Amino acid sequence: MTAVQAARRPAVSRKLAITRLRERRPLEPAMVDRFLDRHEVPIVEGARCTFLYRGDADAVQLINRVVGLPEHIPLRRLHGTDLWYLVLELPEGSRIEYSLEVAHGDQRERINDPLNPRLAHSPVGSSSVCYARGYQVPQWSKPDPDARPGTLVDLTVPSRALRRDCQVTMYLPARYRRTGRYPLLIVHDGADYLRYAAAKTVLDNLIHSLDVAETVVAFSSPAGDRLVEYANSAAHARFLTAELLPRLESELPLVGTPAARCLMGASFGAVASLSAAYRHPGVYGSLLLQSGSFVFTDIGNDHGGGPAFEPVVRFVNRYRAAPRRVADRVFVSCGVYEPLIIRNRSMVPVFEAAGMAVRYVEARDGHSWENWRDRMREGLSWIFPGPGKFVYE
Amino acid sequence: MRVTLLGPQRRPTLDGVVASLGLDGPIATITAGWQEREPDDAELSERLGSRDLNLALYRRWLDVQENDPEFAAAQRQLDGVLDQTADLYLLRLDHALQAVYAVARRGGSERLRAEALAESITAVSELDAAHLHRVNGIRGEFYARWQPHSRPVIAEHRDSVADVLGAATAVVIAGGHVGVLTDALHLFNVAPLLPGTVIAWSAGAMALTDLIVLFGDRSAQGPGHAEVYGAGLSVLSGLVLLPHARARLLIDDAPRMSVFAARFAPARCVLLESGARLDTDSAGACPPGTLILAGDGRVTALEAA
Repeated sequence: MTAVQAARRPAVSRKLAITRLRERRPLEPAMVDRFLDRHEVPIVEGARCTFLYRGDADAVQLINRVVGLPEHIPLRRLHGTDLWYLVLELPEGSRIEYSLEVAHGDQRERINDPLNPRLAHSPVGSSSVCYARGYQVPQWSKPDPDARPGTLVDLTVPSRALRRDCQVTMYLPARYRRTGRYPLLIVHDGADYLRYAAAKTVLDNLIHSLDVAETVVAFSSPAGDRLVEYANSAAHARFLTAELLPRLESELPLVGTPAARCLMGASFGAVASLSAAYRHPGVYGSLLLQSGSFVFTDIGNDHGGGPAFEPVVRFVNRYRAAPRRVADRVFVSCGVYEPLIIRNRSMVPVFEAAGMAVRYVEARDGHSWENWRDRMREGLSWIFPGPGKFVYE
Repeated sequence: MRVTLLGPQRRPTLDGVVASLGLDGPIATITAGWQEREPDDAELSERLGSRDLNLALYRRWLDVQENDPEFAAAQRQLDGVLDQTADLYLLRLDHALQAVYAVARRGGSERLRAEALAESITAVSELDAAHLHRVNGIRGEFYARWQPHSRPVIAEHRDSVADVLGAATAVVIAGGHVGVLTDALHLFNVAPLLPGTVIAWSAGAMALTDLIVLFGDRSAQGPGHAEVYGAGLSVLSGLVLLPHARARLLIDDAPRMSVFAARFAPARCVLLESGARLDTDSAGACPPGTLILAGDGRVTALEAA
C-alpha cells in the first residue's frame, strides 16, 4: 500500500462501540439487535471491556471478587432502550470471573451473563468469564490429538489416620512401564483438579511436549470435611506420609527419593501441602503451592477468615515465627486479583529465608481453577522438568 | 575415520549425502535416541536404499533392564548419583553464570571489568571441566565395577552388535534423546567397532564428541544455562555441536552467546542447522563455510585457512 492510499483510508474510530451506539439518533431496538449480533460480549477494545445486559430491569450490577474493584458495579441503561452497559478498564492479560445481579423492585437475581457463552466452573457452581486483551487459554490446556493419553486408575486407600477409606485417582503417563522409574506428584483436591483444571489433559500435553517429566500423579480428594482435613491436620499429614506414600512406592515403579516427590495444592490444599511437609521434613523435595490460604496475623487475632481459618492462622503464624526448611524447592503462584495475594507475597521471603529455592509467579487472575490450570506449565516444568533439553531430533 | 555431520533431517538430505560418499554394502543404523519409536525407521530405510541394518540398541537396552535385574538396579542407582551430581553442578553453575552476567552489567573502568569478566568466565569453564571429570569418573567406576562385557545378557547383545557392525560399510546415527542414545552406545561398546564412515545428525552427532553440551533458551522456564552433560563416544574432539541452534538458542543475543563460546574455548561451537553438512575427521577439523559461534558471540562462517 502506498502512502497516498494509506492516507485515503478512513480513520479508524477510537470511540468504543458502545459510545458509537449511544450517539445514534433515533436509537431503534433493531439497532441494538444488530449491535449485539455484531459483537462478542464483553466487547474487548484495547484495555477497555464493555459488559452488557439486555432486558427489563430496575437495576443491573456486575458482581465480582477482584481485589481493587468494588464488588458491586452498576451498569447504566442506554437511553430509550433495554440495553445496560458498563465499561471497565482491565490490564493486559487479565482474566476475571463475574456474574450479574438483576433487580426488579425488591427482587434481586444473580445470574451468569446471558450474552457471554464463556463460563468457568468450580465445585460451587459456574460464573461468567471475561478475557481481557492479551489473555489466551493456553494451547497446552486443550486436548491435543497428537499427545498420547495417560491412564486414570481409581484406588481406594484405607486410612487408619483418617479412620475412613480415601479415594485416590492415579495418573499413569503414556508409555508407562514397570521397568521405568517415575517421580511422584500428590495433588490435593485431586478430583477438582481433574474436573475443573483439566489436569489430565494438561499432563498429557506437557509430557508429550517434553516440558514435564513422565510423572505418576496421585489425585487425592478429602475423605471428610475439607476445611478440617486440609487445615494443618496431623491426621491428614500422617495419611499422606505414613499410609499413601509407602503404599504407592511399594506398588508402583517410583523413584522413591525426596527429590522425586512433590506435594501440590491450591487454596486450603496448599496449606495442607505445606503442613504435611512441615510435619514430615525431608520426605518431600518439592512443593507446588497455588493461591495458598496462608492467612496470618502480625498482631492481634483479627485475621478476617472466620472460624475455619483458626488452625491455619495458628500454623502460619508459627511457621512465620520460626521458618523451617521443609523441602528443597517451592513453587508459589497467586492471582493478583485475589485477596490472598498479599499473604502469598509475604510468604515468599519467609520460604527463601528458610533456605528453600523459591519460584514465585503472579497472574492477573483470581482465586479460580482456571488460574491454577494456567500456572501448571510453569510450576510442573520447574518441579519435574521434562527431557526437552536432552532431545535433538 | 570419515565422519559426516548433518543438520536435522526434517527436510532430509541423507540420501544425497550417502550417494555422494559412494558407499557400497550394508549400512548399520542407530535410532536408539528415538526410544520406543526406534523401530519406526521405514523412511530412513527408504533413504538408504533398503540396505540398512538397525542395531536396535534401545530394544537391547530394554532387554537388559528386563533380563539382568541386578545390572538394571545398579544402573538406576548410577542414574540417581548422576542426577544428584548434575543438580549440584547446576546449582553452582547458576551462581557462577549470574556472577558473569552481573560483572558484564557493571559500569566503571572497562579494563577492570574486562579482566573481572574473563576471570568469571574462567571460573565457569573450570566448573564445567570439573563436572565433566566427575561424571566421567562416576561412569568409569561404574563400568569397572559392573564389567558389562562379562555379564551374559549384555555380552550376547555386544556380540550381536559387533557382528552387524563388522559387516557394515558405514553407520548412520539419528537424533533423539542424547542421554538415552549415549547410554546405549556406551553399554553396547559401539565406539571401537565403528566402520570407516559415520554419518550422524542432531543428537547422533553430539554423541560422537567428547563434550556434550545441553542447551535450550526457549523452554517453559525461559532461557536456561547451557550445561555439560558428559562425554559421548569421543570419536570427535574439539567440537561442541549445536543442532537447531537458531531455534533453540537466543542466537542474536551476542553478549550471551559470547559467554557460551568463551566457556567452551578452545573447542569450537558449531551450528548444525537444517541442510548443514560438515565432513570432518577425528581431530574435529572444520571445512571453510562451517558456521560457528565466534568469540564475540556472533555466528560466523569459517574462512579457508
